[in-house]
Amino acid sequence: MELKQGSEMFQILNQDGEIVEGQQVPDLSDDELKDIYRWMLRIRTFDGRSIKLNRQGRLGFYAPMAGQEACQIASMAALRKSDMLYPSYRDVGTAMYHGLPMENVFLNSRGQITGMKTPEGVNAYPPQIIIAAHVLHAAGSGWAFRLREEDHVAIAFFGDGATSEGDFHEGLNFAAVYDANAIFFCQNNQYAISVPVHKQMRSETIAQKAIAYGMAGIRVDGNDPLAVYEVTKKAADRARKGEGPTLIEAVTYRVGPHTMAGDDPGRYRTKEEEEDWASKRDPLKRFRQYLDSKGLWTDEEEERVKEEVLNEMNEAIKKVEKAPKGTVAELIDDLYAETPALLKKQKDEYLSWKEGK
Amino acid sequence: MATMTLIQAINHALRVEMERDENVIVMGEDVGVNGGVFRATADLYQDFGEKRSFDTPLAESAIIGTAIGLANHGFRPVPEIQFAGFVYECMDQISTQAARIRMRSGGRFTAPITIRIPYGGGVKTPEMHSDSLEALFLHSPGVKVVVPSTPYDAKGLLISAIRDDDPVIFYEPMKLYRSIKADVPEEAYTVPLGKANVVREGSDVTLIAYGSMVHVAEKAAAQAEKERGVKAEVIDLRTISPFDLETIIGSVTKTHRAVIVHEAAQTGGVGAELSARIHEEAILSLEAPVERVTGFDTPYPLTAIEDEYLPTVDRICAGIYKTLDF
Repeated sequence: MELKQGSEMFQILNQDGEIVEGQQVPDLSDDELKDIYRWMLRIRTFDGRSIKLNRQGRLGFYAPMAGQEACQIASMAALRKSDMLYPSYRDVGTAMYHGLPMENVFLNSRGQITGMKTPEGVNAYPPQIIIAAHVLHAAGSGWAFRLREEDHVAIAFFGDGATSEGDFHEGLNFAAVYDANAIFFCQNNQYAISVPVHKQMRSETIAQKAIAYGMAGIRVDGNDPLAVYEVTKKAADRARKGEGPTLIEAVTYRVGPHTMAGDDPGRYRTKEEEEDWASKRDPLKRFRQYLDSKGLWTDEEEERVKEEVLNEMNEAIKKVEKAPKGTVAELIDDLYAETPALLKKQKDEYLSWKEGK
Repeated sequence: MATMTLIQAINHALRVEMERDENVIVMGEDVGVNGGVFRATADLYQDFGEKRSFDTPLAESAIIGTAIGLANHGFRPVPEIQFAGFVYECMDQISTQAARIRMRSGGRFTAPITIRIPYGGGVKTPEMHSDSLEALFLHSPGVKVVVPSTPYDAKGLLISAIRDDDPVIFYEPMKLYRSIKADVPEEAYTVPLGKANVVREGSDVTLIAYGSMVHVAEKAAAQAEKERGVKAEVIDLRTISPFDLETIIGSVTKTHRAVIVHEAAQTGGVGAELSARIHEEAILSLEAPVERVTGFDTPYPLTAIEDEYLPTVDRICAGIYKTLDF
């Protein structure tokens, strides 16, 4: 496999979970293969239950990620915990895999203040809301690693819509100019809310944009975890060696709505299309077939993982429901290293107003 | 001590901080080999090398956005936005990203970057170069906004800004870059952020200004004294955010009148905020409503009428007399 520009899509596992002729399986132990699948299943289960929790009013903002499990997990599995992650709001799977506790995801979704806390040791920025803004942070972060001659990598996750933003272009250009240790991972999930990718751009592929920046670029089947792992690993190896950034276009599909805030994909895409991606190209189904062929996974394990996640979610949601919502005073405390006098005064006025209530 | 222009004092501040802390890096358009279009970063590239003084590609949002990423790993970037009119290009990266990352991460990540921006009128720049947009950032919680008016302050405030653990926008009045000279210590020193400076004591009216308008306000104070014997106190705000309300209220309760002077458009400007605070905190001390002498609520004009747009000594005097004759 070469990191080269072109419109062909790199694939190791075909839709039926079979090795594509001539392709090599990445150097992963059975346990590592199982762990990737286990995590994909974890976030698939997480996604389904989160949608329900949202409908019950127990979660707030939530952006479904079903269909994108191979993109989010197999890529992060190719990196180290010391690498720096810049996710977008749809990438809580990457963040949880990288160490962000499920509780934090819930707290954040529910708008509770401690959801803003990134725990020590978790090398992930809070999920980005402004499309493509974090492409620049990853470029700067990867540039810092290069300047310090450290072999860490910064990775940014974003969707196809982000590639229309100025920050995407500025970020890739800077990263290329400075040989930043950066990976730009585009999950081309076909839609930016309702706008299909062919109305988003006239380029045949997103990967080909890498040519314009003078960086490596590759188009990969985003529903093939082995292929996603392999290209991310190669991109990370290149970055660690100081060979510069890589743009990865992972071709995938957002099975659910854009967010749970009223988006109805039925208005802009067909049932047939959804069905085609959800059933025929499902990354979990494909990987499960591969693991089955090697005798690595059982239905019992499948059920056990699902049950574990649901129990974990149950515990976590109960815990965060009891956790404090937070106060404006805490918001003020975290804004500056030292709170300016006038802001302190606002805080005091707020606290005495609260006390008097 | 050495006699320095304001631009030399800025260059000196960058140099002493780069010598003190290897994490301090300078970045922006033309700041490297060329030493900046105004020469603020002159010789830093030659003396500290291209790993400390970067010429970036031409992209304002990326200059600030990548500085945030660099700051995330211990660097203290000092990015330059070449002219203030270009700041809209990076509004998101300043006000939504740099300003909020400490709060968004519960203190885990911070962005100690100092954004240097030449600004202000009176130097006949091309269209869209001179705008005074400081009020945008007064209204952006999480950033600090600093404007020096003298070479001494420029060096001391810039050193404070670079050492500050939060993002600071450092507005440099272009008109003052080479028009004033003063004694400036060779060594590093700080002028604290958030502390105003009473540059002229008086008892009849308080003039509040910043940047190049401090010098115009001082001239107006002298003229008002000559014309009507008025003793005007002149306050150089130095820091727009967080501003030093204590010094302002202290002065206004003494003089009972206030005139605020700035180049920026009037409505929703820094003067509006200061006026509101003075009315909130000291209304019973006031003998007249707070007066504002400012630019107009128009985009910054083409150069031929720049002098009409900017506050002048006469307009400030008229403002002073209005408060006296109320």
